[in-house]
Amino acid sequence: MTAPSMRRALLETRGLEIQFDTRRGIARAVNELDLTLYEGERFGLVGESGSGKTTTLLGLLRLIEEPGRIAAGEILLDGVDLLKLSDEAMRRVRLSRIAMVPQGAMNSLNPVIRIGDQMRLTILEHERDVKRDEADDRIRELLEMVGLLPTVARLYPHELSGGMKQRVCIATAICLGPQLILADEPTSALDVVVQRQIMQTLRSLQERIKATVLLVGHDMGLMAQFVERIGIMYGGKLVEVGTVEEIFRNPRHPYTQLLISSIPSFETRGTFKSIPGAGLSLLNPPGGCLFHPRCPDVMDECATRAPTLVQLQEDSHRAACLLYEEGNHAGTT
Amino acid sequence: MPALLEARRVRKVFHGGGAFGGAATQTVAVDDFSMSVCAETPSFVTVAGESGSGKTTIARLLLGLAPPTSGQVLYQGRDVHTLKGDGLRAYRKDVQAIFQDPFEVYNPFYKVDHILTTPIRKFKLADSKEHARDLIVEALETVGLRPDETLGRYPHQLSGGQRQRITIARALLLKPRLIIADEPVSMVDASLRATILESLHGLFSKFGISFIYITHDLTTAYQVTDSLVILYHGFVAEAGPVEELIKQPQHPYTRQLISSIPVTEPGRGWLDEKVAQNEAEASAATDSELGCRYAGRCVDVMPRCRSTMPALYQTDSRRACACFLHEESGVALPQGEDLTRLFTTPTTPA
Repeated sequence: MTAPSMRRALLETRGLEIQFDTRRGIARAVNELDLTLYEGERFGLVGESGSGKTTTLLGLLRLIEEPGRIAAGEILLDGVDLLKLSDEAMRRVRLSRIAMVPQGAMNSLNPVIRIGDQMRLTILEHERDVKRDEADDRIRELLEMVGLLPTVARLYPHELSGGMKQRVCIATAICLGPQLILADEPTSALDVVVQRQIMQTLRSLQERIKATVLLVGHDMGLMAQFVERIGIMYGGKLVEVGTVEEIFRNPRHPYTQLLISSIPSFETRGTFKSIPGAGLSLLNPPGGCLFHPRCPDVMDECATRAPTLVQLQEDSHRAACLLYEEGNHAGTT
Repeated sequence: MPALLEARRVRKVFHGGGAFGGAATQTVAVDDFSMSVCAETPSFVTVAGESGSGKTTIARLLLGLAPPTSGQVLYQGRDVHTLKGDGLRAYRKDVQAIFQDPFEVYNPFYKVDHILTTPIRKFKLADSKEHARDLIVEALETVGLRPDETLGRYPHQLSGGQRQRITIARALLLKPRLIIADEPVSMVDASLRATILESLHGLFSKFGISFIYITHDLTTAYQVTDSLVILYHGFVAEAGPVEELIKQPQHPYTRQLISSIPVTEPGRGWLDEKVAQNEAEASAATDSELGCRYAGRCVDVMPRCRSTMPALYQTDSRRACACFLHEESGVALPQGEDLTRLFTTPTTPA
């Protein structure tokens, strides 16, 4: 694999802060997030519900709705800060440069419009001077790219299976050749056999159009098989980043370690490992490290000092835990 | 001695279409399915299948929430749809349900206490307020919840995992003999799944409550279940003890299912290995009433699979598989045979 430092960054968030103003206070759903996605890579963002992974995706598209808002930070796509674009310029970035494959394919298609018409409307919305014939040719090609027959264009969504609908959503997402594809648990509603076919399709397309994929979800098995690098989120913060090999073979943050050991497998039966303690309240977060009340390796200073992401020995592996900060060599090997 | 609960050759057909001038369609959700839960020895059985396999329909039939098109669901030998009075009350108490969505089972206007006090009132489980309170506290503690952190709250103030555990505590209050759990962990975070599964398994091992666990997720099923029934489009593809079935699957569908699960070990070629299935062909093939419903997606398909439905062949004392590949090595079971008897009786058949 190319060393990440050799790759060109496509998207970078710097200090991204997404907050929700509620009656009971401000919830920091995404908390000073520094995330770098390299050109052409598949990156996975993992975390439990409420960890801020879906909010991050919506933030990248600037689709955060009230009472949420992007409070601070930068989102650099090819060095241009998306947060400084006008609404109209941002609208043009969506789909043509950053596209999204939604979670529930069945709910994102219009039930009363034929597949081909929906796709054509999408293309014409963004490229107004495209002729109908050209659009139809492109739709035929897109459908073939995702493994569907061109005749699918004439069908209505209810005539398709869940897997076929998700393929249509992928075809629509790539219709303008985006540089970045955001996928929010795209296969969570599908069975495992179809899931595998869809993920294989997504991978081959991504390689063909040389796009970057950001996959969000909590299926660690899917992450291990699909992405090249993983970021683990907890309470809106990135707590560990590394290649799949680094994360799965040598997880360093105690949360990642618990997350990985809690995955059920066919190796062991009747052992139930879970992460102790209650989930985090974003409205009333603990001081210091957000994970310290649940952490098995907690130290005194964890309650007062918030860790930052630090580089571990490996080139690309970073973790935000005081165990690995200067002066604390307990955790290093 | 009749079984505690038995599905005897149940078939459920849904009629669709017909409106707006469309052609009427028939969907056979469950076809000639039989299973039973022994009244004496507790058992943990998983019914697994993908969406559309009929697994939730089976749960609804067993819970008496939907009448079968043909066949019967029997509680202690009596058809659940003819039960009245005390008989119905006993069925409703003995057989409890846990549903998938821990958000939808609650009425948001009531505190969570409501779903715990209602069964106590309806089934007259307590003779005083203090007694009722004790029962609730006991049930909550059994599923690992702290009563002071849960009671008096509204559903939205609790996490999904807490809500799901309260529904388990509710089922537990009634001291049921059987719990039918339909995807109880699919909407719960991975980190909490283990806790919920552990609670369920504890009820089985400590209190002797039988379980029918309905899921699409073979890895969670593997953690808790003793035996497994694999459904495909309303028919039983394979059944047997979980260890053998997962480690040595016999039906091509089970093999495909297990090999498709993404494992947490990177670099296993999951993305590269070709999936030998054609979705378009599969959706056409499954419309056919003739032949094996899996034929259109099967890698080992033979010409006869497309015209004749294979019987369920008993391949060893505790396993059965509905595939012609096992015709010679196995013995054809009679149609609609009760599968659970096959593997819940560890001794050789009488």
